[in-house]
Amino acid sequence: MNDMPTLAFDPADSCLNVEQLSVSYDGKAALREVSLTVPRHRVTAFIGPSGCGKSTLLRSFNRMNDLIRGVEVMGQIRLFGEDILAPEVDVTALRRRIGMVFQQPNPFPMSVFDNVAYGLRLQGLSDQRALEREVEWALRSAALWDEVKDRLEASALTLSGGQQQRLVIARAIAIRPEVLLLDEPASALDPISTLKIEELIGQLAEAYSIIVVTHNMQQAARVSDYTAFLYLGELVEFSATDDLFTRPQARQTEDYITGRYG
Amino acid sequence: MKTPSGWRSGDGALWLSTGAVTLTLLLTVTLLVLLGRVGFGHFWPEPLATFTFDPATEQTPLVAARREHGTFALADGGKEARTLLRTGNRDTAAPDFRWIANASLRSAHFDPAAIEIERRSWGPALGLLAPPEAPAANRASLAARQWARLEEALALPSQARTVSLTLYGADGSARPLPLAEVVRAWRPNAMDLGEKLSLYFSRIGAFISEPPREANTEGGIFPALFGTVLMVMLMTVVVTPIGVVAALYLHEYAPQGPLTQTLRIAVNNLAGVPSIVYGVFGLGFFVYLVGGSLDSAFFADALPAPTFGTPGLLWASLTLALLTLPVMIVATEEGLSRIPRQLREASLALGATHFETLRYVILPQALPAVLTGVILAVARGAGEVAPLMLVGVVKLAPELPLDGTFPFLHLDRQFMHLGFHIYDLAFQSPNVEAARPLVYASALLLVLMIVLLNLGAVLLRAYLRGRHRDPLG
Ligand SMILES: Nc1ncnc2c1ncn2[C@@H]1O[C@H](COP(=O)(O)OP(=O)(O)O)[C@@H](O)[C@H]1O
Ligand SMILES: [Mg+2]
Repeated sequence: MNDMPTLAFDPADSCLNVEQLSVSYDGKAALREVSLTVPRHRVTAFIGPSGCGKSTLLRSFNRMNDLIRGVEVMGQIRLFGEDILAPEVDVTALRRRIGMVFQQPNPFPMSVFDNVAYGLRLQGLSDQRALEREVEWALRSAALWDEVKDRLEASALTLSGGQQQRLVIARAIAIRPEVLLLDEPASALDPISTLKIEELIGQLAEAYSIIVVTHNMQQAARVSDYTAFLYLGELVEFSATDDLFTRPQARQTEDYITGRYG
Repeated sequence: MKTPSGWRSGDGALWLSTGAVTLTLLLTVTLLVLLGRVGFGHFWPEPLATFTFDPATEQTPLVAARREHGTFALADGGKEARTLLRTGNRDTAAPDFRWIANASLRSAHFDPAAIEIERRSWGPALGLLAPPEAPAANRASLAARQWARLEEALALPSQARTVSLTLYGADGSARPLPLAEVVRAWRPNAMDLGEKLSLYFSRIGAFISEPPREANTEGGIFPALFGTVLMVMLMTVVVTPIGVVAALYLHEYAPQGPLTQTLRIAVNNLAGVPSIVYGVFGLGFFVYLVGGSLDSAFFADALPAPTFGTPGLLWASLTLALLTLPVMIVATEEGLSRIPRQLREASLALGATHFETLRYVILPQALPAVLTGVILAVARGAGEVAPLMLVGVVKLAPELPLDGTFPFLHLDRQFMHLGFHIYDLAFQSPNVEAARPLVYASALLLVLMIVLLNLGAVLLRAYLRGRHRDPLG
């Protein structure tokens, strides 16, 4: 399978380099020797059936897997050339560079404003004017400003699910990360909210490198420039989205996108 | 289709659980009503009757209040109905409570000149303001004159009252009663409802706000109430931070393995250790070891008189804090484990450290659970008596542990406690009948105090929960 052609990018155009990454939980392999390069300022989609390791791969990038007991990671991941799996890496600094949005909207039980300001305050920003400016910028970038500008002090839990997810995106981009990881960001939302999130992903791609996990192939086709197909913990195929959906190279990819399984 | 019936449909379970709740409610209400009726009924001005008796009993006439009725089994197998009369005058005509056979009661009439006098010693004095056999017109004017003199004297401080009152017995005897001795007096048969109500509440107020007299059987319970509240507060101040920190360690930092699990089970089991054991531990560890060391280190010049090496408020609070620590830890840990993993991940993914996540996300979310712990701890701590008898509670404390002299809060002082006060009244009192209503009243106050302390914590918790309530769930 490793002989399958995968995409190569110029180092200047790539953000994450994954080499021979294997991850196991309590000895059970979840990822097997995955190697790929994620392009810079593009949207990359990870698709594959449930349980194939998409989230595991995503969570390896900001080392969220460190939190899970019994996890074992082998291989290499480099962010703009820096090894991020090395033990001496400052994980909190890494997570500021790589933002993450989860499947379930998870705003803090605080006001809308405090949610977005959370990461900024952690970095020591306390000047109210600066905070207000940054929060507004983040909310505008997440296409949420017009809907919440009059209720910044209301609890974030009073927002709708779709608004909450955009709030969470605003919260992630407020600290201006370089990479944004979205793990099935729309799967818990209604079609209209999903559409808004997809539009937002398109807009954000101008400033960020985005990786979006989805098991919805239409979504991957709509929002992404490149798509990786994972199956049973292995990277089966990684190519430009148009190519992958129109001319899949691997048999498994073809079966998957034509709906024969998954 | 057959509709399931009985247990299958769940009707039985519904009835059973409704029944259990009703029973609990009923018991609680019964408890409160009983405590309230006996305890607070005591403060209502009872009508005073002048009783005459069957001459065969050779009992002279008495001014008395009917307390209760009872049926007594006689030695010959028969039964006799009797009435408990409260006659007061423990100094001149003891006893002050007597069971009299109903058959020997001849007449009872309510004399408007009857008076009840609460005194500084010897309990209440009951009597008449005018001799019973004098002509009615003379009696009325004499009674009025005596009452006026009494009211005038009561307006003065007790040292300035030089006059006496003449108190007549139902048998026509007369004796002087120095007004300096009088705390409060009333003519129950001559009072209207408004006067009775106002007397009732002023007596309850005095009960709550005054120190006890006469080996605790008279007067109020203020020092005990104050001591209990102060001790529970000190206990809460100690147990809350320690409990929260311990729970944080167990849940957030300790490596989750057999050792931590054992520790957790040990903490749970500590909650089941009998409280007297904590008392013994408090005496041995806090009083003798810690207190003794403190004394030899800092108060050596006062030795051999101990300063901290003796039971006192501080050691009592610490002992109770130890006693309620398991409850606090368990409740807090429970709250920590209910916080969704997603919130934790959200914070960490933004580059927060574990500590920052705890500080800004986890702890605020766990606060209601912490307050639940406080509620449980207060409920448990305020009701404890046994351990306190070993580590600082006394029957009668000369001074409050909080006063105007430096250092204001005297942690080394012994103090009074409602629970112990109740025990003392009920079992150690020289005058059981006189103390009985006070036992009930003190018990009701203890219950009310715990309810109040808890209500405060419950309201605070409701407020904290409501601040960020999800409107949908
Ligand atoms: N915390 C975990 N502990 C143990 N096994 C896990 C854990 N998370 C994921 N796995 C396993 O790893 C595999 C990949 O999971 P995941 O990366 O979540 O897949 P996907 O996101 O593609 O659905 C699955 O078999 C799953 O059961
Ligand atoms: Mg997943």
